[in-house]
Amino acid sequence: MNGTLELSVGARPKMTMTNEVSRLQVSPKVRDSDVRDGQTSDVKAEVSELNFYYGKLQALKNINMGFGANRVTAIIGPSGCGKSTLLRCFNRIHDLYPDTRYEGKIILQPSGTNVIGPETDPLEMRLRVSMVFQKPNAFPKSVFENAAFGLRLRGVSGKELEQQVEQSLRSAALWDEVKDRLRQSAYTLSGGQQQRLCIARALATDPEMLLFDEPTSALDPIATGKIEDLIFELKRKLTVIIVTHNMQQAARVSDTTAFMYLGELIEVSPTKKMFENPDKKLTEKYITGHFG
Amino acid sequence: MSDFKGIIAKRKRQDFIFNIVGIVCTLIGILTLGALLVDLFLDGFPRLTLGFLTHFPSRFAEQAGILSSWVGTLLIMVVTAATAVPLGVAAGVYLEEYARKNWLTNLIEINIANLAGVPSIVYGLMALGLLVYQFRLGQSILTGGLTLAFLILPIVIVATREALRTIPQGIREAAYALGSTKWQVVRHHLLPYSIGGTMTGIIIALSRAIGETAPLITIGALTFIAFLPPPPIKSQPPFISFEWLWSPFSVLPIQMFNWVSRPDQAFIVNAAGAGLILIFITLSLNAVAIVIRYRVRKRIKW
Repeated sequence: MNGTLELSVGARPKMTMTNEVSRLQVSPKVRDSDVRDGQTSDVKAEVSELNFYYGKLQALKNINMGFGANRVTAIIGPSGCGKSTLLRCFNRIHDLYPDTRYEGKIILQPSGTNVIGPETDPLEMRLRVSMVFQKPNAFPKSVFENAAFGLRLRGVSGKELEQQVEQSLRSAALWDEVKDRLRQSAYTLSGGQQQRLCIARALATDPEMLLFDEPTSALDPIATGKIEDLIFELKRKLTVIIVTHNMQQAARVSDTTAFMYLGELIEVSPTKKMFENPDKKLTEKYITGHFG
Repeated sequence: MSDFKGIIAKRKRQDFIFNIVGIVCTLIGILTLGALLVDLFLDGFPRLTLGFLTHFPSRFAEQAGILSSWVGTLLIMVVTAATAVPLGVAAGVYLEEYARKNWLTNLIEINIANLAGVPSIVYGLMALGLLVYQFRLGQSILTGGLTLAFLILPIVIVATREALRTIPQGIREAAYALGSTKWQVVRHHLLPYSIGGTMTGIIIALSRAIGETAPLITIGALTFIAFLPPPPIKSQPPFISFEWLWSPFSVLPIQMFNWVSRPDQAFIVNAAGAGLILIFITLSLNAVAIVIRYRVRKRIKW
């Protein structure tokens, strides 16, 4: 079963060899060196003995893992394995829905906050940890107001607001495309631009962590490439967790990859190792496409 | 082969027959309505003069006007809208966004849907007992407006909820994920995005209320009234007066009912004239609803 090698870091479907994809080759090279450095990096979040329930259904079973600071961690696994559920614990978005229950701890460093502790206000976690969703979900407001919304919630206004909006749009590599149409509706942007606007909106408030829930599954390859570049850039500033269905994507953007199956964490390894020489048989079967 | 042809021909015949039946059914509805409108128009149009709008009712048909009743209709609608809109929208937002989903809210939900179907005369009886006798609000504009507000409250609540439901969950999650409180999500996102549906529902409800007769007769609206309520604006401070709320009133449909029930043909013509005005107001309200819906839909498409 040598299929793993075909999916090694930086590999992508042969038929997509076009100009815009060539950029993808850049990322893995840089990433390789990062992983080597990354082995000793600080931990941003420590998940221990995490269980999560939707009513009586247990969606996460005893998850234990660390998330490196200023690293990109990818979570992969087949549909329904709990990867999005795990991601959504970090900003307590589960609390919006009735009959959800957490057990265990997610400790955020350096503050030592227990994200899912009863003493922690979900609002606080959402102010500190931002999220980008699967489907671009820009508000039906202007481009400016979209990027500004999180800042307005924090009472930023006037000149300062404008500066921070511009900065966030620049960080999301969107500024040049939208600087002349800030007052237009966000819905006049393309899907990929809307998703980068959502990233700008999430970045504007200077979060500690950025959660991506399959951020490119609704986008074409060019838009996907731009967002992957962006994710790669972002880890200078913050810690990124990305849930993805696309294993090439995990290979391209992440430093560490976690594989989940049926609510359990099967394996966490440096991405290169994960895709070339995984520890567990199940991981190998999944990444070679034998199930899932 | 020929077998197929037979089957196909038979089915096409069925198709053709249903097509004809459908056209006939549609025409019955449209033609009846059209004939009614044309008849009303031919009868009533000659009566539509400025004097008809500025005169009080009179026992001489030619001098009679609808001043007191259109002013009554307008003021009643102001009270109804001012009461039903905030109450209905707030209740709709609460039920849809705040209330936990359990058997109690399910029960409330079913009952609100049922309330929308309660005959309007029953609301009239309730208002007579509660507002007129119990709270002693009198047979006033306030009572009339509140009665119609109760009547359309369920419609407003249901419309608000329906409008909120069309907002994708992803938008709510995005707003919450940025750290919004529930109220901030409602205030900055859900209300603005659902305004089209909500406004449409409110206007449809008001155009239903405007034609209501039975509940207002029940609470004691007048059929003949030759004075106007005190004006809401005064020359002395505080400049605004709410005395008009306590004034007796009549409304257009009651004025029409009164005129139609007289033997003199000239009064029937008056009733047709008043009917035209009423239809004009209702159609204008519906037109406003359509414009709002169109404009919001153009701005927001999920």
